[in-house]
Amino acid sequence: MSISRTGWAVLAALCLTPAAFAASGNEQVDPMIFRIAIFILAAFIGYYVVWAVTPALHTPLMSVTNAISGVVIVGAIIAATASVLGESNPEIVNKIWAAKWLGAASIAFASVNIFGGFLVTNRMLAMYKKKERPAKKADAA
Amino acid sequence: MSAIDISALLYLVSAVLFIFSIRGLSSPETARNGNMLGIIGMVLAAGTTVFLVREHLDPTTFGLIAGGIIIGGGVGSVLAQKAPMTAMPQMVGMFNALGGMASLLAGLAAFYAPAAFGLIDAEGLMSPRSLVEMSLSVLIGAVTFSGSVIAALKLNGSIPGGPIILPARHLLNLLILLVLIGLIVMLAISPDAQAGNGYLLVGIAALALVAGITLVIPIGGADMPVVISMLNSYSGWAAAALGFTLSNFALIVVGAIVGASGAILSYIMCKAMNRFFVSVIAGGFGADDAATGGAGGGVDDRPVKIGSAEDAAFILKNSSKVIIVPGYGMAVAQAQHALKEMGDKLKEEGVEVAYAIHPVAGRMPGHMNVLLAEAQVPYDEIFEMDDINSQFKQADVAFVIGANDVTNPGAKDDPQSPIYGMPVLEVWNAGTTMFIKRSLASGYAGVQNELFYRDNTMMLLSDAKKMVENIVKAL
Repeated sequence: MSISRTGWAVLAALCLTPAAFAASGNEQVDPMIFRIAIFILAAFIGYYVVWAVTPALHTPLMSVTNAISGVVIVGAIIAATASVLGESNPEIVNKIWAAKWLGAASIAFASVNIFGGFLVTNRMLAMYKKKERPAKKADAA
Repeated sequence: MSAIDISALLYLVSAVLFIFSIRGLSSPETARNGNMLGIIGMVLAAGTTVFLVREHLDPTTFGLIAGGIIIGGGVGSVLAQKAPMTAMPQMVGMFNALGGMASLLAGLAAFYAPAAFGLIDAEGLMSPRSLVEMSLSVLIGAVTFSGSVIAALKLNGSIPGGPIILPARHLLNLLILLVLIGLIVMLAISPDAQAGNGYLLVGIAALALVAGITLVIPIGGADMPVVISMLNSYSGWAAAALGFTLSNFALIVVGAIVGASGAILSYIMCKAMNRFFVSVIAGGFGADDAATGGAGGGVDDRPVKIGSAEDAAFILKNSSKVIIVPGYGMAVAQAQHALKEMGDKLKEEGVEVAYAIHPVAGRMPGHMNVLLAEAQVPYDEIFEMDDINSQFKQADVAFVIGANDVTNPGAKDDPQSPIYGMPVLEVWNAGTTMFIKRSLASGYAGVQNELFYRDNTMMLLSDAKKMVENIVKAL
């Protein structure tokens, strides 16, 4: 699986574009551009890292990606800590409470993924064993 | 450096740890350390977030967070310890569903409490861009959730595993997609929604839940590995969309990587079946051909050689090299432990034993490898298709247990065959090919396997586990 020259060119362009914009004027680069850059570069990293995974471990790969996608817990925690302090409008207070409960539920779902995903991956990986050659020789002797 | 900058750097560190956790899976030796790095990354990401919001941790809020983690973590831990290895496909399907649901709920929460997410301008309004990002995490999360629930139920056998064809399903899906796009545009430009009011986002969630069902229900059987990988990918894109809402590096990076991972697995599975991703996702495969395939099978009354466990044991014992080809039938019959015992007995007799795995054997990528690992078959006795195909010529016996289509010679030399062009394991090159099957029925693709009628093929018609146990007894 060889990366084409175009692939590298696109990559380089993606890295350089925001910098080029930043250098070209005194305007600030929209932070959105950086987010998109990070997203696309991460997708490329994902591409190479995943191709390097041995097919024998594709099931643990799926369960560990389940686990790490539980990182949405970050958003869920922020939602659960939304503050009603200083809010007097009852409508807004109600909405914030709705967000806090949605956040708590989201924390619970993400936690199932995090705990379940890492544990089951660990359980699977513990089963992958190499041939025990020394033990066999001892048997034969 | 402000607290927000430090936390952004810490999120970046956890993203790097997640990358290493997947990198570790390049070999079984580094995989467990990789898993540990992933756990550290997760603790770091969650800990950083709690640190950021520490001023808002009143007792009620703390209770909500701790309660969520304890309940969810408890359920997850119990599931992870108890689930049998044969149930891994539906387990992963269920985890996909929960990941989608978590993104869906977090996206909704961001809509109701935009101030906490830093999404409002001086007038207290959300930008159209934020609304689009939110609706994407809600939409993809919802499709992932309902689609994965259907997939998990199919894999669990709770609903029929085959394709369920809805009338005019392509038109229906297209219509839903157009309406969803329309709703997102409406949401983005609606002054009401920008002020955090109205039920448009809830409507998007509801319709996307329907879309998940209509998308997955027509896909069945052996196409499941593609579906599971695809939904795995979606759960990543949903997380990435949430990452854009929060401008959070860890979420964006994880989302992109998980998304890429699922997409690559889908690609590998499609390639191993010689099918196009779009035609798999369009669904219905197997349903249209089953009728013709079944009828074709009925008229075929050529003689087959049927053997007993004793016959098989005799031939196996006197060979010098045996290659075992497991398939979904082995998983269904839970025959992996008996199979390992048979392999051990053969090795005691001085027979060389190897296992050959087709990429789409089973119901998810790597399914067979996990089952064999569970039965304590060493992973260096297990080979991928491309590495072992040339060795069938030197093997005395190819022992096919619960696989069919992935051994069909028609895929190589019959251009009329529906599976023509699919890469297969060349078991017919072995001295004798043994098939453990419950009947002579055609495989999932509804295609007759020419191999059953060849002279050097021996059919062992029985439940896979029972047959292997009988062979072990006879050895």
